[in-house]
Order: sequence, then C-alpha cells, then structure tokens
Amino acid sequence: MHILKLIFKNSFRHKLRTFLTVLGVAIAILAFGLLRTVIDAWYAGVAASSASRLVARNAVSLVFPLPLSYKEKIRQIEGVKGVSYGTWFGGIYIDEKNFFANYAMEPKTYLAMFPEIITPPEQMAAFLRDRKGAVAGRKLVERFGWKIGDIITLKGTIFPGNWDFVLRGIYRGRDNTVDETAFFFHWHYLNEALKKAGRSWIDQVGWYLIEIKDPHIAADVSLRIDRTFKNSLAETLTETEKAFQLSFISMSEAIVVAIQLVSFVIIFIIMAVVANTMAMTARERIGEYAIFKTLGFSGMHISGLIFGESMCITMLGAALGIIFTFPAAGIFGKELSQFFPIFNVDRETIYMDIVAALIVASVAALFPAWRAVHIRIADGLRRIG
Amino acid sequence: MSNKPLIVEIKNLSKSYRRGSQIITVLNGLSLDIDAGEFMALMGPSGSGKTTLLNLIAGIDKADSGSIRVGGIEITTLSETELARWRAHNVGFIFQFYNLIPVLSAYENVELPLLLSGLSKRERRAHVEVALRVVNLADRMEHYPGQLSGGQQQRVAIARAVVTDPAILVADEPTGDLDRQSAEEILELMEQLVHELGKTIIMVTHDPRAANKAHVIKHLDKGVLNAHPQTHF
Repeated sequence: MHILKLIFKNSFRHKLRTFLTVLGVAIAILAFGLLRTVIDAWYAGVAASSASRLVARNAVSLVFPLPLSYKEKIRQIEGVKGVSYGTWFGGIYIDEKNFFANYAMEPKTYLAMFPEIITPPEQMAAFLRDRKGAVAGRKLVERFGWKIGDIITLKGTIFPGNWDFVLRGIYRGRDNTVDETAFFFHWHYLNEALKKAGRSWIDQVGWYLIEIKDPHIAADVSLRIDRTFKNSLAETLTETEKAFQLSFISMSEAIVVAIQLVSFVIIFIIMAVVANTMAMTARERIGEYAIFKTLGFSGMHISGLIFGESMCITMLGAALGIIFTFPAAGIFGKELSQFFPIFNVDRETIYMDIVAALIVASVAALFPAWRAVHIRIADGLRRIG
Repeated sequence: MSNKPLIVEIKNLSKSYRRGSQIITVLNGLSLDIDAGEFMALMGPSGSGKTTLLNLIAGIDKADSGSIRVGGIEITTLSETELARWRAHNVGFIFQFYNLIPVLSAYENVELPLLLSGLSKRERRAHVEVALRVVNLADRMEHYPGQLSGGQQQRVAIARAVVTDPAILVADEPTGDLDRQSAEEILELMEQLVHELGKTIIMVTHDPRAANKAHVIKHLDKGVLNAHPQTHF
C-alpha cells in the first residue's frame, strides 16, 4: 500500500461530493481557459505582427488619408526595402451581421509583404490580371460557401454604392496565428471608381505598409519617414505593425480588463468551492487524522494527505476542463469568427490553467491541513464513536 | 514485590483541563509502576482519569507535571516529533471503536504503521502476514472493515497494534463495542499476546469480566489510584 493510493481512495470516499467538486473545477477551468483565449484572440493581430513591417498613417487619425505621392518618397528613405499601401473599405456583404475585414490594397506588393499569407500562384496570377479580382481567406470562403469565380457584391459604407468583385484567389495562413477571414481587392479599382464618380479620397491611401531591411532599425526608419513629411499637409505617424495593432486594442482596453477580471473571479470562486469541500472532508476525518498521528505519522504526513487529496480532486477537474476547452473553443471560435478571426487555445493558456489549478488546490488545503495538524490527538480521538 | 523489570514508572503525575474558566484536575500527583509483561486493567467511574492516564503513558497527551518513564525513556521531555517517532516504535494502540481506515483493506490497515519503518514492500508483507496470522485473520486480509464483524475488526486493530512489535499495548475499552462472545475472543487474544509474545498491556475498561482477565487491576477515582490493587494470577 502506498500513500498515493490512500490519497486516491480518500478522494473518492464521498463520490457525489467529489463528482460535484470535480465538475465545478472542470467548468471553472473551462471558463477560465475560454476567457483567456478570448483575450488572446483580442491580441492575435499583435502576436502575428512582423518586426520588419512598419505602418505609416496620417498623424491626425486613421480616418484621414495620406497622398499616394508619398510612396516614392518613402521608398527612397534609408533602411526601407519595400513600400505598399492599403485602404480600409468597410463594405458590408448582404447584411451588417456578416461583418468581415475588407481592404483595398496595391495588389502586386501588399500581399507579397506577408509571407505568412499563402495564395496558390495560379490564383494569385489570376487575381493580378483581373482589376475587379479579390482574394479572400479560407475561413471566410468556407463561412459563405464561395467558390473561385463567384461574384461577391459588397455594399460600401465609407465609399457608397454596390461594389462587385470576382473571387480569384483563396489564401491560407502559414500557421494558425494568421487571420483567414480577410478580403483583399485592387486599390486601383477603388481609385478609378472614385475618380469616375468625382468623390473624395482620389489618389489617397489609408496607410502605407513599409518593409524594412532590418528589424533593429525600425525606430530610426520610423523617425526618418515622419521627419520627411513634417510640416506637410498630411503629416505621418509611423510605427511598427505591432504598435499599430495595439493602438486598435487600446480603444477596447476596458473590455479586455473586464474579461481578465472575470477570469480571475472565476478562479477565486472555485477556490472557495474546493476549500469548502476540503474543510468538510478534514472535519469529518479529524478522528482519522488523530489515528494517523497516534500511529506515529507526523504533521507533514497529515498535511500531505490533505494537500494530496485537494490536488487529486482539483487536478482531475482541471484535466477535464483543459480537455474540454479545445472542442469548446472550436465551437466558440466558429460561432464568433466574425469578431475573432483567430481563436486558438494557446499553450500559455494551458499553463495558466495548470498554475491556477495548483494555486486553487494549495490554498483550499491550507486551512484544513493547519487544523488537522494542530488538533491534539486526545481531542481528535474524542470525535470518534 | 515483583522481580520483573519495570517498563512504566510514573511519579507525581498531574494533569488538568481547562473547561471555560474552570480548571478541572484529572490526575493529581499520581505515581504508578508497571512491570514488563504485565496485563493491567485500569478501572474506575467515568471522568476518573483512566483514559487520560492511558493517553499520557502512550505519549498522545502531555502532562502538566511529573515524570513518565517508559522503557527507560522520559517521555514527558520529548518534542511532538520525537514522541511521534517513539510511539511508532514502542506503543501499539487498541481502541473501543477499532478506528480502522474504512477505505483500506485489513492488510493495508495493518501495514499502515510499517510505512514509517523504512522496511521494503516484501518485508512489510511478511510482517503483516505474521500479524494477521496471530489474530487468526490471514484469510480475510483483502477484506475491508465494512465487510468484517466487530470482533474481526478489533482483531485487525490488534494486528495493526502488534505489527511493529512494540513492547507496550494500550487498549481503551477494547471490548466496549463487542458482543459477549467476541469480547471473550478479544480478551483471550490479548492474554495470548502477554503470555506468548511477552507484551505489556494496559487496558482501560468498565467491564469487570474484562478486568478479571488482567493480572493486575487498578482502580482510579478522582485522579487517585487505590492503594491495594486486586491481583489475579
């Protein structure tokens, strides 16, 4: 007989209570894991950012454009390897609830700066040939059941009217950190249409995407770009792609903080539930602990039994919670793909689940162990019978 | 006077408890010697201090003052950890309600004290099998306490008490929860432990029939032992 066997047997003495506690821990860990995954999904764009890409936008606000003429000037700045540009289109597909990100961009250079976005070469060639062509992510295509050659009509919000595009390419991400729900089309198609309609934003772009020769010179290149357009009509604000993505998230930081708070509150609640279970268990077994002490077992042994039992119950619940996090995240991610294009359970989330479970188990066992260790044997024996 | 060596020497032992603001003196300057290999019964009315005295001799309670030497060791000066270690090697316990661990089989219950001994699994098995044979329960070693009668459970408890081969066995009302026949069997077993294995047994009991099995009967009343113990051989 081994002490571990005794711990395991003790854990299942009250089957219903253990089952309910394990269930509670599993649900808490599942909820904690999902909320952490939501937070990760919020920062997914940041995580996927490249250190060798910069974004230059209008220094006043992203809603103001930059002249197309800046492209050549930026290209000539020291440290710049390539320049492309894009504009947020903000089109709606059939209904507003079908939201997905759609961009007008320079077709030859823009996607080339994203090696993580993989489009079959023949589809890319077809896209480049067709001015009304578009490339969409795999998940977006699956969501709406599109096929290559389909005509997709977006209703413009920033640029009014119905805009027809022909789906020429479907891209995949190099790994699961890449957003596969975006929609790209030719900036020139947008610009020509605007010219014909005599609207604003002609020969204007939303931002410049700049590839630099070395990630270490990002700050210097950013400064050089912004200095070039100092005191112009459209001053630039150049930052790394990561900082650019973070500036979006900062707008909804309160929500992220609230989700983080809720995730920790869940852990705190389950800690109270497990502590209650362990307190009941220890109270019922105080006589047994006295027997153990009588037989020569030390306070350390008694603590070990209680901590072990707390660990056994909590880690079993945590294991179930972790296992179920993956299918739950799959369903969650599918249902909310328009809000969270990347919804993957990160390895760090699993580590956090495990650490949270260890803390819950340890804290829950603390008081019962202290009580069991400090009770006098004679008092403990008096509880029996 | 007996020519056997003394295994327990108690001098001027005092013990009191606090109940609210009241201090209740249970033992007051008690002195007692117990010979090695003696089967002693401690009798007395409820609250007379029998169990307290037993607990003090077994090192599971602390005296207020006085001396307790067991096997030549002054146990009143030992720390909790030292006492735990001392108990594990020197004292076997038999309780009224058997106090077996319900999730462990008879074998595992008897093996419990040996987990602290540093013996190998094979050595532990040998010891446990011998102990269960002594109490005539070798065929029930895989049974759980809930599958055994009261008498059988008490025999498992006795096997657990003797498995580490302690010199002293302390028994607190060992027959108090048993029917007459089972009680008789347990008492015979205890006699056997004294006669065949040379154990010293100190037994607290209310039952005169149980006490009559002992070599020496001591009466304790209001913390004082009677001057003329009744002796049977």
